[in-house]
Parts: sequence; structure tokens; C-alpha cells
Amino acid sequence: MVLVLALGDLHIPHRAADLPPKFKSMLEVQDYLKTLCPDLHITRGEYDEDTRYPETKTLTIGQFKLGLCHGHQVIPWGDLDSLAMLQRQLDVDILVTGHTHQFTAYKHEGGVVINPGSATGAYSSITYDVNPSFVLMDIDGLRVVVYVYELIDGEVKVDKIDFKKTPATTHSAH
Amino acid sequence: MLNGTEDEEKWLAEGIAGIQHNAFYMHRALDSNNLREALKYSAQMLSELRTSKLSPHKYYELYMRAFNELKRLELFFKDDSKHDVSVVDLYELVQHAGNILPRLYLLCTVGSIYIKSKEAPAKEVLKDLVEMCRGVQHPIRGLFLRSYLAQISRDKLPDIGSEYEGSVDSYDSDMVLSSSSDADTVMDAVDFVLQNFTEMNKLWVRMQHQLKPSIAISGLQGPGGVREKREKDRSELQDLVGKNLHVLSQIEGVDLEMYKETVLPRVLEQVVNCKDDLAQYYLMDCIIQVFPDEYHLQTLERLLGACPQLQPTVDAKTVLSRLMDRLSNYAASGADVLPEFLQVEAFSKLSNAIGKVIQAQVDMPAVGAITLYVSLLTFTLRVHPDRLDHVDQVLGACVKKLSNIPKLEDSRAMKQVVALLSAPLEKYNDIVTALTLSNYPRVMDHLDIGTNKLMAMVIIQSIMKNNSCISTADKVEVLFELIKGLIKDIDGADVDELDEEDFKEEQNSVARLIHMLYNDEPEEMLKIICIVRKHTMVGGPKRLPFTVSSLVFSALRLLRQLQGQEGDIVGEEASMTPNKIFQLLTQIIESLSAVPSPELALRLYLQCAESARFLMKQAANGCDIEHVAYEFFTQAFVLYEEEIADSKAQVTAIHLIIGTLQRMNVFGYSARLLKKADQCRAVYACSHLFWVDDQDGIKDGERVLLCLKRALRIANAAQQMANVARGSGGPVSLFVEILNKYIYFFEKGNKQITSSAIQGLIELINTEMQSDSTNSDSVADAFIASTLRYIQFQKQKGGVVGEKFESVKL
Repeated sequence: MVLVLALGDLHIPHRAADLPPKFKSMLEVQDYLKTLCPDLHITRGEYDEDTRYPETKTLTIGQFKLGLCHGHQVIPWGDLDSLAMLQRQLDVDILVTGHTHQFTAYKHEGGVVINPGSATGAYSSITYDVNPSFVLMDIDGLRVVVYVYELIDGEVKVDKIDFKKTPATTHSAH
Repeated sequence: MLNGTEDEEKWLAEGIAGIQHNAFYMHRALDSNNLREALKYSAQMLSELRTSKLSPHKYYELYMRAFNELKRLELFFKDDSKHDVSVVDLYELVQHAGNILPRLYLLCTVGSIYIKSKEAPAKEVLKDLVEMCRGVQHPIRGLFLRSYLAQISRDKLPDIGSEYEGSVDSYDSDMVLSSSSDADTVMDAVDFVLQNFTEMNKLWVRMQHQLKPSIAISGLQGPGGVREKREKDRSELQDLVGKNLHVLSQIEGVDLEMYKETVLPRVLEQVVNCKDDLAQYYLMDCIIQVFPDEYHLQTLERLLGACPQLQPTVDAKTVLSRLMDRLSNYAASGADVLPEFLQVEAFSKLSNAIGKVIQAQVDMPAVGAITLYVSLLTFTLRVHPDRLDHVDQVLGACVKKLSNIPKLEDSRAMKQVVALLSAPLEKYNDIVTALTLSNYPRVMDHLDIGTNKLMAMVIIQSIMKNNSCISTADKVEVLFELIKGLIKDIDGADVDELDEEDFKEEQNSVARLIHMLYNDEPEEMLKIICIVRKHTMVGGPKRLPFTVSSLVFSALRLLRQLQGQEGDIVGEEASMTPNKIFQLLTQIIESLSAVPSPELALRLYLQCAESARFLMKQAANGCDIEHVAYEFFTQAFVLYEEEIADSKAQVTAIHLIIGTLQRMNVFGYSARLLKKADQCRAVYACSHLFWVDDQDGIKDGERVLLCLKRALRIANAAQQMANVARGSGGPVSLFVEILNKYIYFFEKGNKQITSSAIQGLIELINTEMQSDSTNSDSVADAFIASTLRYIQFQKQKGGVVGEKFESVKL
């Protein structure tokens, strides 16, 4: 079993001071997970001057192939069909993107497209009401459970999305 | 020649041998009930304690040997069946011993039995003993003798409830000591202990003048060494003196009244009059530690009154600090004790005392004075958390002290100032409270630049940690005054010494702080933004990139606030129009040109443009705002054209521009991108500008197709260039990307995109891939595979979409 924490669009310090205290206390508990797994993957956001982060990144966790991309490169922003193209391009089961500051998760042609939203609830020109949110993925064999933590009116709501991969999805022959 | 230590060992061994030798004969006498012999040998044994050659440490060893033997002697004396002499006679008899020191030890031993026998009032015996002991004036010998007296009398004091209290009637007429008519009272016990204490302290103080260094060959040591040794010897004896205070604190009858009227005044009198710094420091501390907290509280004035009278070399600040620590802990022990503090006006008394001590001890280093203020602040924060005026008063006193020092260079003192400034933050968990303290910024002004910055960071961290929102313009103004060390270059700061990492961290903190300055009321929020702008704009090119974006987003949020309330706001509030805020935004972003930071500015302009678009959709005066939005775009384009040269930066910029345009439904920079592949991607991304999937979005199928065809042409060109340059095929994946765009619009129902076009594209890709099978690209392979798989998937799904793909052959 592998836990994957997806945090996005923090925009500290440009648009937000810090994570919401409620998230912070939750994530501090998970700090200990970080000590177990310092495996951190970052792709470049539109305000990152640091060019050392790649535009996209793929990684394999268990039997899943994950793709990361901030998402400002995919136009129209947040458009599922356009993101699906990126998913095909990277040839991944799970595509994690951001930029819109809105949590979304779609099952799409045998894969999943996830946007964990903005963990700080940062200002967005795309959405007015940004609820801070992040995603924790529990990858176990061919199954992934996506937990969404969303802060709504000061309360943390947790949602769960289950996804099962059919063994041959990505590795079928042409 | 023997050195000092060896000499001492030798003398100690001789002394011990003497004691053992005489103790042997004493035991024999005790066993045979021979009182005469017992007295003779015990006196000889005790004569060994007459030595002047030993240091206190070694003397103590010798004393303990004798002490143990005296216990056996005491048992013998007690049992009159063994010697047939009454205790009264015994008390007379032991006084025949030839030497004074043995005589007094024996007298004390019998005296304790005398008291126990109750054949005379305890107070008379005690008085007699404590007077007689005056006969020994050698400091070490006298101290140990009196220590013996204190030891054997401890459980025989006429304390309240003890068996020795007030039993005057039982004495018969022929007792040796003449008794007064008064009964024994606790006062007698207190008198006795106080007298013994006073005499012991005198001996102890005199030691520094009289005591020859116990080491004969002091010539080997310098005068400093001799003095040091003497002080060490003395401090080894301090507990003998302090023991008396401990005994006093244990006497039941010493209630607050007696402590206030008798004990404390007499102890303090001795402390002050002895004029010895070692004794004064030790005894003051001893008083504070052994007596109860509420006694201190009720006698605060007198106790504090002694402090300025101490020798200038006494570490009075530590004494006071310890007292305040004790009282602070007492205050924390329960809310029920707090009224007591108020009743005795503890704070003002402590505050006065501190002022006097600082005044009296001119040479006290700054760190000492500030430490005192820290203790006083801790005290008042614990006892009177609601009295902000006290806090400000302490800070004010500190400012006064600091202003007398030209420049604070002592790093320990600096640390104490930081502690002083941090204490209210920690107590109130709220910077807003600290912002009301008028002396707070004045203390900060006395910090050096580095420490000032450090303190500013502590303040920001406190705000972050407690999630405190600063909601008025006035407080924001004060706050920026406090943290000005981070906001702008301070004169005299050594710019070269700046650590890049530290600087980044500081500026990131400031940028984060800006989001904590917030008010729901647009009017006040605008004021806040203007104040932040005023302060941050002078930060210089290194700081601006950090602060400007926070400020821009802060203003954009205000715009939304305004929008939310727009219905209520009538025209009269002309100062708060969106246009005014857009002007402000333009000015703020323009300041980046001094950095310069065109990439950041471009992003911020685009954000503004999009915000303007939102407003335009809703506002009545849409035309104005469209103009504004257009203006922001123009600014972004100008930057793109003139300032952004790096190809990677251009790609990101064009994506952001197209992405924003696509959302705005309003308004071909892609052709100038440097690399063909980038050009190609930008062009196909542009296709989305002409097809917006909203209800009322633009749907210009023809122009979409134009874009895609143009993208194909560029992909072809890229392919040919690659052939020429490397003799191999170029990026097939570009074709696959375009194929995906075709599929996208095909599914969206763009009639211009036909299944045959898709079919053609698939065949083109297959040809390309086969022609270049030697140089296969696994990424492109996977991409086309998953794309084809997707088409297959859609075909199988059937329905409207499935039918559409029917004619596409794979």
C-alpha cells in the first residue's frame, strides 16, 4: 500500500499567507509520513521562477503510472477533454493537475484525472469561491482510493472516490 | 618539601589519630561507668578541634568524627544510673574542663540533656549556652561550635505545641539557673536562633579578614589566588549560617505577624550591617528560598527596601529576579491568591525597588538591568495580564535605561531585549495587543539592525502562528513601523553581509504577512492597501518582486469584495470605484519595471485583465471596464514583445496569454516563438480561442480548422528541418498532438473537422513512424497507441459518438 499526497496551487506567498490551520494540523500528523517517504515530486507552476522544476513529470507507483503537470499549459484551462489529451500524451493512468483551484476528479477512459484544488484556498481568477482542498491517494495493487479533504465553512469534509484499474489498460499492444 | 595539600592531609590524619586515641580511652571509661575518666578523655579528644591548620572542608571531616563520639557520650550522660550525678550537677561539672573549646562542646552536650530533663526552663539553658559560646571567637572553630549548638537544640526549642513551651511552674527552687517569672514562649526560641544566627554570621564575615589561608606556603600563589581560595573556603561554610534561617522557617510559632515584626527585621538588620557581599547575596537568597511566598508578599516593602542598601558589588538583580520568579509562580498557583497581590500593590513596589537598585548600582551592566525588566514583565504578565499599562510601563523603563547607553553592543543584553519584546507576544498570542503598547517600537529602535530584523521575524511568525488578522489601517501602520528593518534598507546596514537565503526567507514572510492584513469593509481595506503600498514601494528592486504580487492579489480581493457589495454602494462613494483600484493596481505593477521583472509583471497584468473581464460581465458601465481590461492586455503584450527574451519564458507566457484570452471571449503572437515545436503547440492552442464550449461561447469552426492546419504545416516544417539537420525523422509526437486536437473538435461537433481528415492524419503518422522505425521514439509510440486505443474505445461505446467514429479505420 502506498499513500500519495497531492498538494497543489499553494501560491504562498503571492496569494496566501499559509495553509488553513485545520489542514496544517492534519498535515503535521502526516509529517511523520514524510520522514518515512521523502519522495517528493514537483512540477513548475506559472509563478515559479525556478526553472529546475520540469513542466511535466511521470512516475510509477505500484502498478499505476502517474503524470504531474501544473496545468496552465493545457488550454482551455481545466478542460477535461484537453487534459485527457495530456493524459494520453504522457500515457498515464492518473493525471494530477492544478491551476484552476477547484477540486475535480474524473474517471476517464480507464484512467483518472485529478485536480486536488488549492491547499491554501488561494485567489483565483477562474473561481470565486475557492475552498482549500487537497487529495490523498491510497494506492494498493490495482486499486486506488482517492480521499479529498475540503475545508468548507471552517469544517473539513472528506470524500472518497474508488477506482479500479483493469490490468491490461495501459500495456496493451498497438 | 611538602606542598600545601599534602601538609593538610598530614594534619588531618594527625587530628583523626588524636580523636581515635582519646575516644578509645573514653569508651573504656564509659564502659566502666567512670565519669571522671570519661570527662577527661572526651575533653582531650575535643581538644583536637582546636587546630587552626585545616581548611573548612578538612575541619568538617574532623568535626564529624568528634560529633559521632559525642553522641555516645550524650547517651552516657542521659543515663544517670551509670554515674549517679544529677544533670544540674553535671552541668556544673563539665565546666571544669581546662580548655574553652572542649568545655563548651561538653556544656552544649549536657545542656541538651538539661533541657530535656525540664529541670530548668529551656529558654534559660539556651540563653546561657548561646552566650557562653561567645568565648570562642576563632571563625572556623566558632562556626562549628555554634553549628553543634544549633544541631543539638533543634528539637528542644520552646515552639508552639512543643513540650518545652510554657512549663514554668514545674521548676523547683534549687535549680542552678535563676529563672525569670515568664513562661517559655516561642519568642524565646526565635530569640535564641536569631542570636545564634547573628553570631555565626559575624564569625563568617570576619573570616575573610582574619583567616590566614590554611595553606602555609601561600607564597606559591598570587594574592588573587589567596583571595579566591578564601572565598571558596567561606562559601563552603555558608550553609552552616543559612541553617539557622531554615530552623526559623520551621518553627511553627513564627507566624506572619512574628515574621514581619521580629524575624525579618532582625535578619535584614544583620544582612545589611555585615557589609559583606558574599554574605549579603547568600542570605538574601536564603530568605527568599526558605520562607513562604505569602510572607514575602506581605513584607515586600521591607524586603525590597534592603536591596538598595546592599553592597554595590552584590548581585542584587539575581536576588530580585529570584524573588519575582517565586512570586510569579505563586501567582500562577491559583486565582485565589491574586487579590493578595493587588492588595499589597506588588507590582509598583517591585517596580520601584528595581528602579532604585538600578539607580544605586551605577556599574550594573545593561544586561543586568534588562534582565530585571524581563523578570518584572514576566511577573506582571502572570499576575496582572489585563494591565497593559504595566507592560508598557516596564517597556518604558527599559527604553529609559537603554537611552543612556550610547550603543548596545553586548549580545547577552540584546538577547534579553528580545526576551522582553517576545514575552507579551507569547502571553497574549496576539500581536494586536502589542501594537497598542506605545513603548514597544521605542524598545525596538534600540536593537541593532540584525536583532531588529530578528525581532521583526518573531513578530511576523507570531501573527502567522496565531492566525491573527490585523484589521485596521492604524494598526497596520504601527506594524510596518515595527518591522521596518525588513521593509527597507536601514542606514548603516552592511548590504554585503546579507545572506541570500535569509533575505529570501524574510521577504517571503513579509509577502505572507500582507495576506493577514484584512478588513471586510472595503473602505478600511483600501486604506490598509494604501499603507502597505506606501511602505513596500520604498523597498527597492530586491524586495519588490516579493511584496508586489501579494499586494496585487490583496487589491484583487478587494475588487471582489466591492463587487459583492456593489448593490449597496451608491455613487457618492466615489473614492471606491473599481477604476480607482485598477489605477492603483497599474501603479503597483509598474513599480516592477525598476527591478526589472517582466515575467512577473506580465502574469499580474493578465490576472488584472481577467478580473476586469469578470467585472465587465456584471457591471453596468461595462464599456469602461472593457477598456481597462484591454489596457491590461496591452501592457502584458508590450512586456511579451519587448522584455521577455528567454525562449522557455516565452512559451509559458504565450500559454498564459492564450489561456486568459480563451477565457475572456473578447480578443497571433505565437508565430514568433523561437522553436518550431513551440510555435506549433501555441498555434493549435489558439484554436481554442475560436471555440468556447459555453452556451453563448464563440464557435468558429472554420478558424479552428485554420489554426490546426497551420499547426500541421509548422509540424511538417519541423519535420523537414529535423531531416536536414540530423538525417532522421523529427518529432512525430507533434502530429499525434494535432491528431488529438482534431479528435477533440470532432467530438465537440465542429463540422469542419471530418472523419476523413482524422483518417488521413492517422495514416500520415503511421507512415512517418514506419519510415523511421530505426529511430523509434517510445514516448510517441505510447502516445499514438493510447490515442488509437481511445478511438477504439469510443467506437465500441456506440451511440452518437460511436457512430461518428464509425468510418475511421484503424
